[in-house]
Amino acid sequence: MAKSDAEPVLHELFVRGLNGDAVAYRSFLQELSAHLRAFLRKRLFGWPDEVEDLVQECLLAMHNQRHTYQPGQPLTAWVHAIARYKMIDLLRAKSIREDLQDPLDDDLAVFAESATDASDARRDLRGLLDTLPERQRLPIVHVKIEGLSVTETAKLTGLSESAVKIGIHRGLKALATQIKTTL
Amino acid sequence: MKTDDLVAMLATGVMPVPPDAANRRVGLALLAGVTVSLAMLLFGYGLRRDVLPAMALPMFWVKLAYPLGIAVVAWVLVERLARPGVLVRRAWWGLVVPVLSVAAMAGATWFAAPEQDRLPSLLGGSWRTCALSIGLMALPIFVALILALKTLAPTRPALAGAAAGALAGGLGAALYALYCVEMAAPFVAVWYGVGILLPTLAGALWGRPLLSW
Repeated sequence: MAKSDAEPVLHELFVRGLNGDAVAYRSFLQELSAHLRAFLRKRLFGWPDEVEDLVQECLLAMHNQRHTYQPGQPLTAWVHAIARYKMIDLLRAKSIREDLQDPLDDDLAVFAESATDASDARRDLRGLLDTLPERQRLPIVHVKIEGLSVTETAKLTGLSESAVKIGIHRGLKALATQIKTTL
Repeated sequence: MKTDDLVAMLATGVMPVPPDAANRRVGLALLAGVTVSLAMLLFGYGLRRDVLPAMALPMFWVKLAYPLGIAVVAWVLVERLARPGVLVRRAWWGLVVPVLSVAAMAGATWFAAPEQDRLPSLLGGSWRTCALSIGLMALPIFVALILALKTLAPTRPALAGAAAGALAGGLGAALYALYCVEMAAPFVAVWYGVGILLPTLAGALWGRPLLSW
């Protein structure tokens, strides 16, 4: 999908996702991960093993920070800024910034290409999820993985419905923090 | 976990996001911070006794407009810097207007005054405590803003921290102006400036460690 086509399509799916449309949101994340993969693969060509981990880290960050997107803003700019921020973070952690071939370029070609052939992530997100406290882990497992409703999960776990929602929110944030410390 | 599984997990049971959630967090932080600072001013410092007659003097309003002008521009900067991919553009230049206007007023006063009046117009009676008091007034607002920014996504955390500091400093200085009786432009330009600079520098220094995500 070319850049010019990708922006309006992704924007439409994302905005529907922000309104709570899970199906649209899922296609958005699917498309987005393919674009991120191609974008990061090009810039981290010396470290192919890092690409899938960074794709996942970006997806989680974009999900956690989706409230910072303004619908009028170009989605490309928002996605690019987050991907770039997370990439610099990784490079800083590896302290190899100087050796990279122009990895910090400012072009916004994040939707220019798409790669659907995911390699395996090395970091085990499921394993990290299991280290979260129960009040965060259980809501995520029941609602986000098993697909139960918030009400069902509240009944099952004895938590209140708002505690289930907060648990999911905080748990996904904690997961992003865990990733940072295991970088 | 495969990326497809992560995608499925993130999308399943996704909740709607209220529009304008980000701006609302900054606004609520300001409300909370200013409330605490105002209480500190009223119960700790007190209003200047001559507050009503002082309101007739233009300098009273300059002392409010200068820091408030900085705060308004810094508010715009904070809201832009808190979001990935939003350009700050020329908003920086807004800071030049209040700073240069008051600097020009201070210069004019300084050079128009006879030699022996110049230093007193700069030091007043409270130059030792003015900047620190402004820093203290700014502190609750600064803390509230940093907490709000931690829930947002500044990709330039040092700049975002500095803008939050300038916003807190500007509002802190405007509150402090209700207590402070100094009325000379050189004093206001320098010591209010330093008072606003203190939280700005604190934000620039601590922005990266505090606001990274």
